[in-house]
Amino acid sequence: MKMNRLVAVLGLSALCVCAQDVRVLPVQGNISMLIGPGGNTTVQVGKEGIVVVDTQTAAAAPQVMAAIRNLSDKPIIWVINTSLDADHMGGNEALIRLGGSADASQRARVVVHENVLNRLVARGASQDRVSDAATVNDTYFRSPKDFLFNGEPVMVYHMPAAHTDGDSVVLFRRSDVLSVGDIFTPDKYPAIDLANGGSVQGLIDALNWILEMAVAGKYQEGGTQVIPGHGRLCDEADVVEFRDMVTIIRDRVQDMMKKGMTLAQVKAAKPSRDYDTQYSGSADAFVEAIYKSLAARKP
Amino acid sequence: MSKPVLLALPAVLLGAAAFAQADFSGEWAPLYHEDGPERLPGPELGDYTELPINDAARLRADSWDADRISVVEQYQCRPHGSDYSMRGLGNMRVWREIDPATQRLIAFHTHMLAWDSERTIYVDGRAHPAGYAPHTWQGFSTGVWEGNMLTITTTHLKENYIRRNGVPRSDQATVTEHWMRHGDYLTVVTVIDDPVFLTEPLVRSDNWYIDPGQHIGIFGCEHAPELPKPVGVVPHHLPGTNPYLREISEWYGIPYEATRGGAETLYPEYRQKLKDYKAPPKCDRYCTCTTLFDCQLR
Repeated sequence: MKMNRLVAVLGLSALCVCAQDVRVLPVQGNISMLIGPGGNTTVQVGKEGIVVVDTQTAAAAPQVMAAIRNLSDKPIIWVINTSLDADHMGGNEALIRLGGSADASQRARVVVHENVLNRLVARGASQDRVSDAATVNDTYFRSPKDFLFNGEPVMVYHMPAAHTDGDSVVLFRRSDVLSVGDIFTPDKYPAIDLANGGSVQGLIDALNWILEMAVAGKYQEGGTQVIPGHGRLCDEADVVEFRDMVTIIRDRVQDMMKKGMTLAQVKAAKPSRDYDTQYSGSADAFVEAIYKSLAARKP
Repeated sequence: MSKPVLLALPAVLLGAAAFAQADFSGEWAPLYHEDGPERLPGPELGDYTELPINDAARLRADSWDADRISVVEQYQCRPHGSDYSMRGLGNMRVWREIDPATQRLIAFHTHMLAWDSERTIYVDGRAHPAGYAPHTWQGFSTGVWEGNMLTITTTHLKENYIRRNGVPRSDQATVTEHWMRHGDYLTVVTVIDDPVFLTEPLVRSDNWYIDPGQHIGIFGCEHAPELPKPVGVVPHHLPGTNPYLREISEWYGIPYEATRGGAETLYPEYRQKLKDYKAPPKCDRYCTCTTLFDCQLR
């Protein structure tokens, strides 16, 4: 009996720790950022309901929903996935089940760029992702897709061939917040998913686009807030550092390729070595993706 | 009649104890008797002396191209981090924030001439925010008293530099300052711990004197395209191609290896490695440099 009670207490403690794993950070305007095990989720709340950008994983959905319920008791009406990654859309079904409306007319709309759905249902695609694909009911192919919700224009822009070829960036125009997914990860090397249509030039173009859209406050601080796919809340100045890093390493790899160096030689030269102490993730994989991406561009 | 007096006495004594700590309020002007050439005209390119940097920081600095602060518009109005601001690149105002209900000190505030930077140093025991909170140029500062010395811990800094020639300081750094007031003088010892770019803490000191009559003007800055470059260009030197790195060695007669910095070069034992070094016969660059007005190139 005592042991059972101990197990029950331990189990409850574990649940409490999990529930605390999703933190809520008010950003500005109607926007909050949820920091959880699957990365970052952006939430807009208001009288009309809730917009969720990126749903993390199915396993994290109860904690994500509990965190959302700290912000609003309204139903989730819009879900936007910034890419096809499982840690960005794996929680769609569970989150809508937990927080969507029972009213069929208010069924949650799940927005992705059409390339996301095309890849998830392509011949040979992983069966593990069927349930994620099944949640999508609102694809777009002309950028931006926009709608007005809670009195705020929500603009969904397609970033072609960046982290993948189905990346979306969401601008909450009145709150002045950008939710940018894995195009920007301030303390981690970017994952350029070549197999899913990503490219280094597309990534740099997307980062430069974010810089054009963001307006910094006085002396390059504050202003437009940028919610990355993973990592801390940022602003334009933080994106500049990241863009510079990607651009400089790209330039170095490009220069080595012009000199005829092979992929193995480029990797051995460690063109990212002055950034490796700052950014987590595999430097080798990042350099390899740049090399292959640049090689694919050659005529 | 005597009872209320007795009851009031401890409160008066407690209040006196609370305010026995130093007050840094006032208008402060920087003194440049330390590291004048670095702080006034600015450091020479490739000068990493006295910095315990690692290889990553060295290559980042070697790659740095000063064109970046013009070509990349977002750099044009980028202020110093609060650690670099204390190098005294402009005058400073300090004032106290007192809780009106308790008359206890909540925070010191600082205003710097450079970029109108304002900073809050909380001394009310509050905790630092979580790691996912925004980082700023000034960071998040809390102070604790050690006698009359205020020891300040700053985290949540945006990436910046520890020297204005491209030597970086990361957003993961923790900066500790010790503020000590001696009458009309303020001494600030700054210790930077940066797991990304330093192999050991970087310790520097700066001095200020009280200047009640000073007026700090508005800084002002507006970014604008200055050069017709395509969007997204980031000026930098490819590894091994920066032509300016040996200038400091040639101009000042310092062995090139010593200019490259690193913890080893900070200590007296390093002189053994330089036993064949001969100092130049006379100084001919920035020989007098204690104020903005006497800091002439030659």
